Amino acid sequence: MAVQEFLSPKSLSEAQAAFGEGAASSWLAGGTDLLVGIRLGARDPSRVVDLKQIPELTAIEIDDASVRIGAAASAFDVLHNSDVPSLFPGLAEALNLIGSTQITGRCSAGGNLCNASPAADSIPALIANGAQCRILGPEGERVLPVENFVVGPNQNALAPGELLVELILPKPVPGTSDAYLRLTPRTEMDIAVAGAGVSITLDSSGTCTAARVAIGAVAPTALLVEPAGEALVGSPLDQAAMDAAVAAVRAAAKPISDKRGPAQYRTHVVGILVSRAIANAQARIEEAR
Amino acid sequence: MNKPLNKMAVQATINGERTAFLCSPGQVLADVLRDELELIGTKIGCNTGDCGACSVLVDNRLVCACLVLAAEVEGKSVQTVEGIANGGELHPVQQKLLEHGGLQCGICTPGVVVAAKALLEHNPDPTEEQARYWLAGNLCRCTGYDKIIRAVLDAAKTMRGEAA
Repeated sequence: MAVQEFLSPKSLSEAQAAFGEGAASSWLAGGTDLLVGIRLGARDPSRVVDLKQIPELTAIEIDDASVRIGAAASAFDVLHNSDVPSLFPGLAEALNLIGSTQITGRCSAGGNLCNASPAADSIPALIANGAQCRILGPEGERVLPVENFVVGPNQNALAPGELLVELILPKPVPGTSDAYLRLTPRTEMDIAVAGAGVSITLDSSGTCTAARVAIGAVAPTALLVEPAGEALVGSPLDQAAMDAAVAAVRAAAKPISDKRGPAQYRTHVVGILVSRAIANAQARIEEAR
Repeated sequence: MNKPLNKMAVQATINGERTAFLCSPGQVLADVLRDELELIGTKIGCNTGDCGACSVLVDNRLVCACLVLAAEVEGKSVQTVEGIANGGELHPVQQKLLEHGGLQCGICTPGVVVAAKALLEHNPDPTEEQARYWLAGNLCRCTGYDKIIRAVLDAAKTMRGEAA
């Protein structure tokens, strides 16, 4: 009927107690999906538990091995972090595409992931970068790769009472970069017709030694396309390797037809986006040398 | 069916003044500003974060007040269009919108003023493209945007101390 309670816990243990059994509770990060959902009647929590007073949930921390982004850290904070945009320019490209300045100021990568839209921009970029989800629940902690976190359109793998605490991205090894591209009918304020996130590693001779390719908006969930990455590894990213990667993503794509484009068009376009994203990541690596 | 809602007591600094208000747990900031605090400069257009008419600053961060729960601003600082002018002296963004005719019906204007002020504090010398992207979440159905953008870039010049 209406939100009856608003709670603002200061720690993870307080948050778990505040959430209770979970059936009638919703976590609140930036609210750019939840509050719209309540307004439109799609969501009806009686209790809202704000996560932004919990230090772990908004922190962005970098150590030798990994980058940890609190699940409720705003896209604006990630984009203005002193290191994250240069470590993951593709993830920054994806976060910068989520809505307007007003939305970017509130929305979070964790929220974008939990909302689990098939067209979410940050999810392919997170998958390409091998991001892991740290999840805390009544039964303890678990870690899931992002590609296994989304289980269907607007459905995530969280059990009742579980909380996505943070996203953990392995720090890129030298010679690595990422890129994200999407197609929309207009330049701003729209949802992807298709999206592509890639991360590649090149050795000093330009040979690809590792590659992850993820696609969005062309299947019920964003997909990691392992055969596309495999097609690139061992190659100098020549035409044959690019063609094989593009063929692999087109084979993996299972899009629907809707007002943003017919399935055939989306399948075609996602291949083009992948090849351009690979070229962008390659150019970034070469520029850094 | 209609359980009585628990009212929450919230304290925040609104346009520089310590303010206390009561709100329902699910009430959004835009409704509290307009209905409880009578700050009706903030407009409500879509109520879903698409139009930017309710743009305000919360701890200097540009947000849509329709997508913030009022209870979230406890202890924070909120600035609305009412807090932009310095007493009777208009902010350069407001002055230039007037001079350039960057408004017609005026519904989007408070949000544009707040968003443009935030832009110029974040980036004192934006390119036209940067200004257009920053303001892309502020929909205007009257002006076609051109006069708004000219006014904002002109205000930027004034604020940098350059002759217009």
